[in-house]
Amino acid sequence: MEELICESSLVIGTWSLVLDQTMAETATPVGSDIEYGRFLDCVHCGLCTSACPTYLETGNENDSPRGRIYLMRGVVDGRLELNDTVKRHLDLCLDCRSCETACPSGVQYGRLIEPFRVGIQQRDAAAGHDVTRSWFHRFILYGVFPYASRMRWALLPARAMQKLGLQSLFESLGLYKLLPGKLQRMQALLPKLPPVARPLPRTLPAIGEKRARVALFTGCVADAMFGPTNWATARVLQANGCEVVIPENQACCGAIHYHSGAGDPALDFAKQNASAFPIDDVDAVIINVAGCGSMLKDYGHVADELNVTDPAELESLKKFAAKVKDVSEFLVELGPKPPTGSIPLKATYHDACHLVHAQQVRSQPRQLLELVPGLELVPLKESDICCGAAGSYNLTEPEMAARLGDRKIANIESTGARTVITGNAGCSLQLQAKLKEAGHDIWVAHPMDILDLSYRNEQPPV
Amino acid sequence: MSLSRDLIQRFQQIVGDEGVLYNPEELLVYECDGYVVEKKVPDVVLFPTCQQHVVDIVKTCNEFDVPFLPRGAGTSLAGGTLPVGGGVMITLTRMKQILEVNMRDRYAVVEPGLVNVHLTQHLAGSGYHYAPDPSSQGACTIGGNVATNSGGPHTLKYGVTVNHVLGVEAVLPDGSVVQLGGPVEGSPGYDLTGLFVGSEGTFGIATRVYVRITRDPVAYRTMLGVFETVHDATQAISNIVGAGIVPAALEMMDQGIVEALEAAFHFGFPLDAGAVLLIEVDGLEVAVNEEAQRIVNLCEQSGAREVRKANTAEERQLLWKCRKQAFGAIGRLSPSYCTQDGVVPRTKLPEILEFISESGKRHDIRIVNVFHAGDGNIHPILLFDERDKEQIERVLKSSDEILAKCLELGGSVTGEHGIGVEKIDFMSKLFEPDDLAVMADVRKAFNPMGRCSPQKMLPTAGACGMEHIEKDHPGRRAAM
Repeated sequence: MEELICESSLVIGTWSLVLDQTMAETATPVGSDIEYGRFLDCVHCGLCTSACPTYLETGNENDSPRGRIYLMRGVVDGRLELNDTVKRHLDLCLDCRSCETACPSGVQYGRLIEPFRVGIQQRDAAAGHDVTRSWFHRFILYGVFPYASRMRWALLPARAMQKLGLQSLFESLGLYKLLPGKLQRMQALLPKLPPVARPLPRTLPAIGEKRARVALFTGCVADAMFGPTNWATARVLQANGCEVVIPENQACCGAIHYHSGAGDPALDFAKQNASAFPIDDVDAVIINVAGCGSMLKDYGHVADELNVTDPAELESLKKFAAKVKDVSEFLVELGPKPPTGSIPLKATYHDACHLVHAQQVRSQPRQLLELVPGLELVPLKESDICCGAAGSYNLTEPEMAARLGDRKIANIESTGARTVITGNAGCSLQLQAKLKEAGHDIWVAHPMDILDLSYRNEQPPV
Repeated sequence: MSLSRDLIQRFQQIVGDEGVLYNPEELLVYECDGYVVEKKVPDVVLFPTCQQHVVDIVKTCNEFDVPFLPRGAGTSLAGGTLPVGGGVMITLTRMKQILEVNMRDRYAVVEPGLVNVHLTQHLAGSGYHYAPDPSSQGACTIGGNVATNSGGPHTLKYGVTVNHVLGVEAVLPDGSVVQLGGPVEGSPGYDLTGLFVGSEGTFGIATRVYVRITRDPVAYRTMLGVFETVHDATQAISNIVGAGIVPAALEMMDQGIVEALEAAFHFGFPLDAGAVLLIEVDGLEVAVNEEAQRIVNLCEQSGAREVRKANTAEERQLLWKCRKQAFGAIGRLSPSYCTQDGVVPRTKLPEILEFISESGKRHDIRIVNVFHAGDGNIHPILLFDERDKEQIERVLKSSDEILAKCLELGGSVTGEHGIGVEKIDFMSKLFEPDDLAVMADVRKAFNPMGRCSPQKMLPTAGACGMEHIEKDHPGRRAAM
């Protein structure tokens, strides 16, 4: 019975007592400027864990949203040194925001990890290890991707090689192995490139009764690689009575920069876009790429995050952000005209993270696709778990990206569908590459590709 | 405690480098689970991927005389996975396979790290599901459910975890492997499965669980009873259950919760009502209509202002979403909250709720209520601001008072969150010394050296080495 005596002489401590003085190398740890209340929003219930793709793969709490918040808070509180191990777990985050959908407490995880990453990048830059100065970031991520015209030029050799059938020859000879790792992966991600699309004109008229005037955001990487989908989007909008304007001076949304911690260039792009669009003369700014869409909708927050103080600038960014709509979200609000052409396909729908989690657009694309006669839409297991693309994650974190890609392909295989529909350029590239690797002849389409075919009464390419 | 290099290497030989965490910065996240009042960093975290790994780990722990404990998703609300005194944490999140589904015999064999809802998702379309549905079901693991004998809204009709576990294959604290029960029901001998379920990791580590799978109901009716006062609502609960009706779920939410939920989800809840009841009946199409009508009548007799029915599947889904995410919505009422978990006999619900309300007034703490009314499992939520130390003291006083009152009314201090470390002091109030001695003897039979999950469940001497960090600080706790 002696052992049943209650013991309560326990050591009392606090977070601050655990602080190792040697760790407090700098006066302000990374992340200190993040509003502390955002960390406190997390009640540590753990309901986010199984929604996190990286946690599903590793089962390691350090690779879960709750764990990452704990790590970041540990750094801010001075309990942890921001060393490579800690950074590794934070780097592995896809920023897919799946945890925000799962969180009952309304934790704004993106508003934690994104500024924290900016903080890491600033610290590294101050210490002379600026990742954003690496050849890959400077020339490829920042130098080519954000510029549609440069992207078109950069793709010319690949286009030519595909046309001449040299690609498979290079593959069989193993010549691609001579490229640096990241370029090899980029090469592997390249889909079968569509013919160069005619550039969109500055305006397209509404078909039938005019119901709205919208501006189309055409993107950078997407514009160069998915020109036909931009055309399809514009035609679907026209078919729904929208006059479509395509502002000339629009720029990259800035997501590639912002998500890799380069705040200033991201802000420059944001300002350029805010001034390029005739925001007072349109009902909405339409975007068909989930990743860009969530960035555009976030301009107001980003401006706050990056301490924009000019009230006029802040106002114009917030005003712009408020008008941004994903194309499916907009069409469902407008009330879509039912398309009539039959598209006899068995298809499944993959939720792009930046649509379903970051923008909470889940039912609208499905509602639109259900209007298409003949289209059989079958459910996809784990449809809202990241495919591993996550912006440029598949270039920077190839191993985890490949694991998640394989997981996605296995789920797609089990549906028996011959077409995968998804509303994001990054997902589309990743899915096409992984499907090709697995030897599948499955068409990866955008919802607007399907709707466009149906409105025009044409048949799919497969 | 700091483990020797030699021991770490032994673990690496068992589970590989990938399966061992020993850097302090990677261990920190394992210092607490859903219960954040007390914290202790483990010395090493291991990720076995098969039963043999668990056996080898446990044997090695015995050889080196170090304590160990299992952990699933770490959603415990009572510190069930707190490594008291440090030692080896065996994390089962990589053992998550569904090994077998047998539709005809209605069972499934799963590994302990499987997330509860993943089993039901796997069964979707087959006409079956896994019935225990704790509100954390999207994240918590079957192994953790077995350890704490988890409940959930639908356990009123379908029973708690122990009613759905047919057998367990476990690694005992000495490293031997036993199978308790199995897919076939009604085996002779002691009901060791029943003993193992709810033992909070003190009897060993489950490596394989045989669970019952349950037929989906053909039809259901979901209703929302609106009452002027909490008293009327609790009266209706007693009347419904007293009339011999067993609803699939019977949940109560008071005015404070309704206000927060309405702000979060815009369901159209009446903001002036004293309390609402979320009632669901299920079964055959012909039966549910009649049962639903009887419930409507009973509610009206108890003074209900109105009883609304969820007319579509979407409305039903939204109602359940509101209920299951109720705790998250609390953030709209207050910066911090503390959820309690107590049980009283159903007929004592009016009394305990009145007491809670008085206790709140006495200590000047706002308390709101949302709970599994059908089985008398209350969850008063005490709202406060964690920056106000004096307020925190009042919250702790009020919490203790409420739990003591539960005991006085013939109830208990936990309905489903378990004892863990949080409620360990209450055990000697809840049980006589002889009762506790019997429990200690049973534990000794399984866990004679006390190395497996030490200082859990039963109050023991020598609970040294644990840091009561923020003991005066209840933090914000989510629940259920």
